[in-house]
Amino acid sequence: MCLAVPGKILSIQGEDLMRSGKVSFSGVMKEVNLAYLPEAQIGDYAIIHVGVAISLVDPEEAEQTLLDLQHI
Amino acid sequence: MKYIDEYRDRQVANEYIEAIAAIITRPWTLMEVCGGQTHSIVKYGIDRLIPPEITLIHGPGCPVCVTPIHLIDQAIEIAANPDVIFCSFGDMLRVPSSTTDLLNAKASGADVRMVYSPLDAVKLAQQHRDCQVVFFAVGFETTAPTTALAIAQAAQLGLDNFSILCAHVLVPPAMEAILSNPDHTMQGFLAAGHVCTVMGYQEYEAIATQFQVPIIVTGFEPIDILQGIYLCVKQLEAGKAEVENQYARSVRKEGNQHAIAMMQEVFEPTARQWRGLAEIPQSGLKLREKYASFDAQKRFNYADNLPELPESLLCISGLILQGTRKPHECPSFGTACTPEHPLGAPMVSSEGACAAYYSCRQ
Ligand code: SF4
Repeated sequence: MCLAVPGKILSIQGEDLMRSGKVSFSGVMKEVNLAYLPEAQIGDYAIIHVGVAISLVDPEEAEQTLLDLQHI
Repeated sequence: MKYIDEYRDRQVANEYIEAIAAIITRPWTLMEVCGGQTHSIVKYGIDRLIPPEITLIHGPGCPVCVTPIHLIDQAIEIAANPDVIFCSFGDMLRVPSSTTDLLNAKASGADVRMVYSPLDAVKLAQQHRDCQVVFFAVGFETTAPTTALAIAQAAQLGLDNFSILCAHVLVPPAMEAILSNPDHTMQGFLAAGHVCTVMGYQEYEAIATQFQVPIIVTGFEPIDILQGIYLCVKQLEAGKAEVENQYARSVRKEGNQHAIAMMQEVFEPTARQWRGLAEIPQSGLKLREKYASFDAQKRFNYADNLPELPESLLCISGLILQGTRKPHECPSFGTACTPEHPLGAPMVSSEGACAAYYSCRQ
């Protein structure tokens, strides 16, 4: 139910409640609502849950999770 | 897939397991709250790879599993109306009610449809203006903003043929309920990363302090879960009880303000019955008066939050959801109860502990 997966935003259209975009999940395309990510831009990775983007992936933090191990 | 594969790396996982083993000095019991985490833990065998001092208890984090039986009964009755198109997520269609399930209702002629998103249900309402489209809205704070968005879209489009049967539940009140039980054995929590993606994690700081438990906001891939366990054990060994964010690539402390604002615009908290548990105060969401015309219970004249109906006598799902029994300890597991013929909800959803054990451990 809380399954949410990262995808890459390829296009953006519409406004407010209807703001949406094409998102690629390793080449599989889906239309995704972007109303909750007004700051999202083409090329960003977003976390998508039941057809709606809920956050932007932070590339630095994503890297850090893997680097943390070296400091243990 | 980018941002997935690197968190499944076997070698990194092994290094984390060694790191946990190096700091642990005594037994600890942790609960992962979210069914998505339970699924990963069982699928990748994380519970068998980590040091034996750690016991992982699977929490009630499967919204499909905790949706009360009487609401599923109402869903089936509503779906039976000839002008209704009834839709929900796939798993909801197979959850046993007191007598049957929505897929059987479909086989008997009801128009029951699986949708991927609540927004698809709004599109159905646009396409079928002569029908009533009802969406069975289940899920935690991860999903509730999308239902809120569906309601807002329907209001903007002036759709008078769209409504929801609302079963949304909230995670922090359930965590407090579990911790308030004097018999609980939990010493640390892995909090649900996608719930916190929406809500942030400020709310958890009061819980960590009040109950003196470390709470680690954790993601869903094996490396995320192992790092969450590592951080939790590290705090426990040091006698700390703080909130830490393992899943920072997705979770910000303040959450997603736009999603929270929409959720608060459309919903307000209410007491909610949890299947297998009990009624938990302020643990559910209901539509605000302003949006009452989208409430399927009002539209079809049903009462909200009725007393819960008894579970099949052969099913111990209440104990599974409280974390006091493991699925294979249920006498019906894999015999009377299988994913093809589930007796209880945790055998239906892929995030239900029983289904996870059945598909990965048989
Ligand atoms: S195995 Fe089936 S019967 Fe047993 S607790 Fe799980 S869902 Fe219920």
